[in-house]
Amino acid sequence: MKNPLDSLAQTVALGFVLTVVVVILIHAIN
Amino acid sequence: MELVSYEWWAFCFRWLHVLSGIMWIGHLWYFNFTQAPTVPKIPMELRPAIGKFILPEALFWFRWGAMATIVTGLILAGMNGYLLNAIKLGIGDHSRYYTTIGFGMWLGAIMWFNVWFIIWPNQQKVMGLVQASDDEKKASARTAGLTSRINTLLSIPMVYCMVGAMHFYA
Repeated sequence: MKNPLDSLAQTVALGFVLTVVVVILIHAIN
Repeated sequence: MELVSYEWWAFCFRWLHVLSGIMWIGHLWYFNFTQAPTVPKIPMELRPAIGKFILPEALFWFRWGAMATIVTGLILAGMNGYLLNAIKLGIGDHSRYYTTIGFGMWLGAIMWFNVWFIIWPNQQKVMGLVQASDDEKKASARTAGLTSRINTLLSIPMVYCMVGAMHFYA
């Protein structure tokens, strides 16, 4: 399987996905 | 607001923190959005110019920008009195500000570590500043490149947290 980090577009998309995860964690903690 | 007041110095460190952050993340995005996709299109005979002239200069401002960003950020958090609250992600503090800025700080700290302890040592091998075989150079280029991509990925939630903490919860 190709590493998604080899694609800049996939890297940026994963960045937005991780942002959603972080926001959920922030709201879960406080 | 007096020029020499505590608040003025806290603002000064916030200003320097943003300036050095732009220096750091600007170079990170230059590497990922401009240099990496463009190098394969450059004729072979011109490519050494990147490695010999542009890359060393860009890496200098990149890594010291990262250092200045974390140092000014820690001073700022200390001056504003939330350094420890942010480090423990605001757990037990009932403050979404501490949690948000804390996530931003941890993401930024991971990125700073990646710059100084993974990207820079591997780039030193790639550029020939540290002795390495051709195979080692190839592996180092891959490691540095992937870590740079990880930092690009992390920069998106990191900036969200830094700006979001101020925008939503300050």
